[in-house]
Amino acid sequence: MPDTLLEVHQLKKVYETASGPVEAIGDISFDMRQGELVCIVGPSGCGKTTLLKCIAGLLKPTAGTIRLADRPVTGPPESMALVFQEYGRSLYPWLTVRGNVELPLRHQKMDAAQRSRLVDDALEAVGLEHAGRSYPWQLSGGMQQRVAIARAVAYHPEVLIMDEPFAAVDAQTRADLEDLVRALHIERGMSILFVTHDIDESVYLGERVIVLSTSPTWVQDDIAIDLAPERDQITTRALPRFTELRTHVYEQIQRAKRGEAVRPQA
Amino acid sequence: MRLTSIGRQLLMTIALPVILLALWWVVSADNTSPFWPSLQKILQAFPDTWTSDRVMEDIVPSLARLALGYALALLVGVGLGTVIGLSRPVRAFLEPALEFLRAIPPPVIIPVIALFVGYSGWTSKIIAIALGCLWPILLNTVEGVRGLDEVLVDTARSYRFRRPTYLYQVVLRGSSPQVATGARQALSIGVIMMVISELFAADNGLGAAIVQAQRAFAIPEMWTGIILLGVIGFLLSLIFRLAEWRALAWYRGLRRSERGT
Repeated sequence: MPDTLLEVHQLKKVYETASGPVEAIGDISFDMRQGELVCIVGPSGCGKTTLLKCIAGLLKPTAGTIRLADRPVTGPPESMALVFQEYGRSLYPWLTVRGNVELPLRHQKMDAAQRSRLVDDALEAVGLEHAGRSYPWQLSGGMQQRVAIARAVAYHPEVLIMDEPFAAVDAQTRADLEDLVRALHIERGMSILFVTHDIDESVYLGERVIVLSTSPTWVQDDIAIDLAPERDQITTRALPRFTELRTHVYEQIQRAKRGEAVRPQA
Repeated sequence: MRLTSIGRQLLMTIALPVILLALWWVVSADNTSPFWPSLQKILQAFPDTWTSDRVMEDIVPSLARLALGYALALLVGVGLGTVIGLSRPVRAFLEPALEFLRAIPPPVIIPVIALFVGYSGWTSKIIAIALGCLWPILLNTVEGVRGLDEVLVDTARSYRFRRPTYLYQVVLRGSSPQVATGARQALSIGVIMMVISELFAADNGLGAAIVQAQRAFAIPEMWTGIILLGVIGFLLSLIFRLAEWRALAWYRGLRRSERGT
């Protein structure tokens, strides 16, 4: 498969705790293609964040392999950007919005003018072209998360990983940010791996939804979302097909919670 | 409206010092005891005591030694504090010893330093000031670095910041509010150590000038030295606050926005 971007193979993570080993991730395998927008949903406490930290090279898996663009991930890979749920804690409060977006670009081979263009472009992409000189703490939560997204956009990563990025913002802001993610994916062809606990959000955003089981986690279902690429908060969510898909995902999550789904034997 | 409120605040700020000075002036006015000269006499002694020669001989060396010792403590304290704060094993290994060393009152190290480099001269005094200032800076830096938000650290790791960028832009700037707290405590300890280190050898410096005046029964002159020390200490802390106000503007804003939500 030449266009495989991310390959997670038989990933397993066991935490050593005082009361003995805890198996957070049992056995997760999936592939993601170049230019795809994949959503990962699962019941709470199913190890979504652990999975992301392993993919991002921030956490060492107990077993299994992760490959990004055909290179094994052993530490934070070069061309990956992360957007965290805790926007307030992931932006540097002593830097301006512009300073935050620019900081990861400092070590890339480019001159100041080019770097400045990238920052301008990223700020414009998220609709914050006028907020460059503000400090993150002067902005609302939704705008802060836009800054974090702009920082990732300016970085031009091969894959953008988002860990429940909109869980802490209000519903209207959330809808706007979802459309922003769709726009980045459609207009800029960004490959995005989006983790959420919100079923509607996963169906609305994704081209594929991967449903995780409860811990120790494995991939319970992998659903292709056959909605048109141009999506709209009102019309898309009113489509019968949208309802079918969300019902399907919802049932899978319920099965996962009840522990009914049977783990396939490797 | 705004102007009157600023005026009222200014009045509040200077009211007590003015009252205290006036009280001192009145109470000491008819005093005949040679140990408690009147404030009028003390102020009259000022111009003759602190001539420009004396400023160069006593005040400038004192302040220069304070600056050198303080700078040394900042450099070592922040550097060492960062190393200790970043590493859990190093911290576990060193922390009990550091807590013990901090508990030793700084002035008692002066005789120890004198064993090696003597009382007189600059070296012993600078070392004494630096050692006194070191602990609050070091321990606060350790706290600040240890308390760095793990999401900020993960962000830095995922964007693969180079080591110097990480150390300056994330670790140092992130711990700067705590470093400033330590540096503020260290400044007042530094002034104390500056004076005490000069009392022992009494060759030059502000502390030495006060002791010499006292031994020569030049009591009003002794009092001018004490007042001068108070003024210098006050000015130094004012300069420090101004610098902190500028450098940590982001921190004030952040705290305000956190309280607002």
